[in-house]
Amino acid sequence: MPFIPHTEDEVEAMLGEIGADSIDDLFDEIPRELLIEDLVGVPDALSEQEIARLMRTRAAQDRGALCFIGAGAYEHHIPAAVWDITTRGEFYSAYTPYQAEASQGTLQTIYEYQTMMTSLTGMDISNASLYDGASSLAEAALMSVRANRKSKSRRVLLAAGVNHLYQKVATAIAGSQGLTFERLPLDIETGSSDLGSLDSDDEAPVAVVIQLPSFLGTYEQVDKLTDWAHENGALVIAIVNPTTLAVLRSPGDWGELGADIVCGEGQPLGIPLSSGGPYFGIMACKEKIVRQMPGRIVGRTTDLDGKPGFTLTLQAREQHIRRSKSTSNICTNQGLMVTASTIYMSLLGPEGLSRVALTSQQQTAKLVELLVGIDGVEAAFSAPHFHEAVVRLDRPVGPVLDALAERGVLGGYDLSGDFPELGNALLVCATETKIDEDLEVYASALRDVMNA
Amino acid sequence: MGEQLIFERSRPGRRAFAQAPLGDSSGTVPDEFRRTDTPILPQVSELQVVRHYTRLSQKNFSIDTHFYPLGSCTMKYNPRICNSLALLPGFAGRHPLGPETHGQGFLSCMHELQEMLMSVTGMKAVSLTPMAGAQGELAGVAMIRAYHVANGQAERDEIIVPDAAHGTNPATATMCGCKAIEIPTDGEGDVDLEALREVVGPNTAGIMLTNPSTLGVFERNIMEIEKIVHDAGGLLYYDGANLNAILGKVRPGDMGFDVIHLNLHKTFSTPHGGGGPGSGAVGVGDRLKPFLPIPVVGKVEEKGEERFHWLTEKDLPQSIGHLSGFMGNAGVLLRAYVYMRLIGKGGMKRIGEFATLNANYLEKRLAQSGFELAFPARRASHEFIVTVKNEAKTLHVNAMDFAKALLDKGFHAPTTYFPLLVPECLLIEPTESETPETLDRFVEALVEIRDEAREDADRVKGAPYTTPVRRLDDVKAARQLDLAWRPD
Repeated sequence: MPFIPHTEDEVEAMLGEIGADSIDDLFDEIPRELLIEDLVGVPDALSEQEIARLMRTRAAQDRGALCFIGAGAYEHHIPAAVWDITTRGEFYSAYTPYQAEASQGTLQTIYEYQTMMTSLTGMDISNASLYDGASSLAEAALMSVRANRKSKSRRVLLAAGVNHLYQKVATAIAGSQGLTFERLPLDIETGSSDLGSLDSDDEAPVAVVIQLPSFLGTYEQVDKLTDWAHENGALVIAIVNPTTLAVLRSPGDWGELGADIVCGEGQPLGIPLSSGGPYFGIMACKEKIVRQMPGRIVGRTTDLDGKPGFTLTLQAREQHIRRSKSTSNICTNQGLMVTASTIYMSLLGPEGLSRVALTSQQQTAKLVELLVGIDGVEAAFSAPHFHEAVVRLDRPVGPVLDALAERGVLGGYDLSGDFPELGNALLVCATETKIDEDLEVYASALRDVMNA
Repeated sequence: MGEQLIFERSRPGRRAFAQAPLGDSSGTVPDEFRRTDTPILPQVSELQVVRHYTRLSQKNFSIDTHFYPLGSCTMKYNPRICNSLALLPGFAGRHPLGPETHGQGFLSCMHELQEMLMSVTGMKAVSLTPMAGAQGELAGVAMIRAYHVANGQAERDEIIVPDAAHGTNPATATMCGCKAIEIPTDGEGDVDLEALREVVGPNTAGIMLTNPSTLGVFERNIMEIEKIVHDAGGLLYYDGANLNAILGKVRPGDMGFDVIHLNLHKTFSTPHGGGGPGSGAVGVGDRLKPFLPIPVVGKVEEKGEERFHWLTEKDLPQSIGHLSGFMGNAGVLLRAYVYMRLIGKGGMKRIGEFATLNANYLEKRLAQSGFELAFPARRASHEFIVTVKNEAKTLHVNAMDFAKALLDKGFHAPTTYFPLLVPECLLIEPTESETPETLDRFVEALVEIRDEAREDADRVKGAPYTTPVRRLDDVKAARQLDLAWRPD
């Protein structure tokens, strides 16, 4: 029996001890009419060899294309040591570290992660992760309402370059608690928010959300927006890409006072693309609002002998203590992904992470240069970009992407649904994993398609 | 001295050279955005990193190293093959926004997973997107709310929750803009039907139940509860935390539940990972189908060939929406898929049977050894509760002391002090993976601890002694917050 060790003799002996005639007797408190005979719809068991063969065939179907899609998930090189160590059974098959003495490995790793993440974001406190970037915005918005008691508003104002999918997720999760999300208009020359419409006559929002680099790869006027928010009684929520923080001013450094809450997608830090998950959500904040933060937090303390050790702390915020009055219903987070990202950040170090960020910026810039040399393709904005950029085509993007895919190139993200004001706009991304030859392959495929 | 922090091993200028792009980059950042300080990331060699985190891993208890009978967590064996196949390059490297044409392998696994989960739960449709049990709960309650609102009954905002429920249940009700109404449990561990009849009414949105409950017993009045709640116009939510107990034997759909979430990291053996990632797929009956979270994987036949595709807002306009940036914890879903195919139809039933056999055997052995059961008149499900309130009174060692002393005996502790209504409780779930000899050794360990307490209670209260650290000062941790290292 797969994964069940009992011999027939043992089953007999155990039933004898229990005083039951058969295993079926153990289910005698369940109304008989509910018991089922057969699970139609579940196939018979496969051996490990058979399932491995099936999965290899299926995985091979999905391989082989050169990927230039970013849009919230980024292909970076992942050092072999990251997942070799992360999938050690002691990390992989442990549970949430409730028994601290038996979980110091996981707890110290999280403490080290919190250290790295607070430093990258310029915040005082980081939690041990949320589910993913999109849902981290929902939690950050809910947190801002709890933390900003002076504000009566439940309106959250998003900069123009916030990922549309994040807005959808935040609305689905936080909407039932009365939060609404609105966007600033996009300046279609620069690809960043048009601040002209900021009007302090309106009711001030409870929080302002700024994504940097923006979903479009551009730079928002973070200092102006941060100061405007604080002057109007709103908190500032930053959405970050952690790789870029190796070279970008941290949100703690925005404007006069800095952002109040930082959230974002942790995937770029050593997590495989894997069709969208498991990833992990970043959540960091200033110390004065830590008690409003959702999720697990690890603290360093001492044991009975005075020796330093680590434990979950500030648990009075959480669902298993506070039940209906907790800061969130979150329980399990993305522990294993945090372990991987901590090992990733340790292997890269400040210099390595900065090289990854700048090389990605460079490769995207080179790609854009190649693409805009093709007839019918132009750069969408006059402003600088990070490792994603928008190009505009002289025809609808969808069919062009289909034709590129047939040529083995996943050419980017079609923006016409999220940003119709940009016309036939395409978001492209090249990370450090794309060498110059790869960029040439893309350019030549696009040239073919545009000339066809 | 504790283990050094990775930052304390750091030396300026040292690095793992092989792990970042070589050569100079022409990449630039506008001056006004450029960072001027060096972030606190360690500057260490690759070997230092490997050795540091390998050593840290060795400070953990885990399923792979220890019996881990944590109640309501289903710490069963996580087959290695599930991990290695989920990390095949074609799966691990697939971009979530890649076209369907370049994802048929992945999508076919997801579609089959939906079908298998429908089969084992008896539900009519499944969405795989929730990223953990708690998010599955959020999806479920949000669907219940959306259903009532769509029927013009927005006033239905009360979610009934038994007092034995997981904390996530009432917390979820709040997150969905509902009120949690707690009802008591009777002396034998069943829901108090009179109390239920009193609270249902025109404001009832639904009830959240775990069955078997967290008390380790099957809710015998389930069909009566179903009638009371449905007659009052409410819906029934099944918390799948304990599905392992009845897998292949009884299906929530047949009990009349309208919506369920599964914990794939429990029942279907995906790793707990030191606190996630989980996966909280939801299943629904016909009434809630239009409200499922998106995306869902659909299938069409084209020229005799099956093609798999995403169902989105266009297909499910009443959906409660997206709960994650893409489609949830896809890699976890792949692991669950592999596990289900390895177990197969026959194995599903065996899981429920042997999880129940192990729990009843362990419960009986502990009772014979003089430990008091919380519900001695009942059959155990896949877990059961021992209360050490007598030991706490006479020997002055409480449930936490037993838990900590078990660590010295080489066992992870059971769940302690949950559920909240049983004093000094140990909630014990052995799972089907464990051999009877492991269960026997666990009984011996608890007996030894009690004997030691009779000799010297203080010795037990000081446990553990053999772990990397001894009991930690939680009060200090919360009062003198030290949540990140900073250089002196």
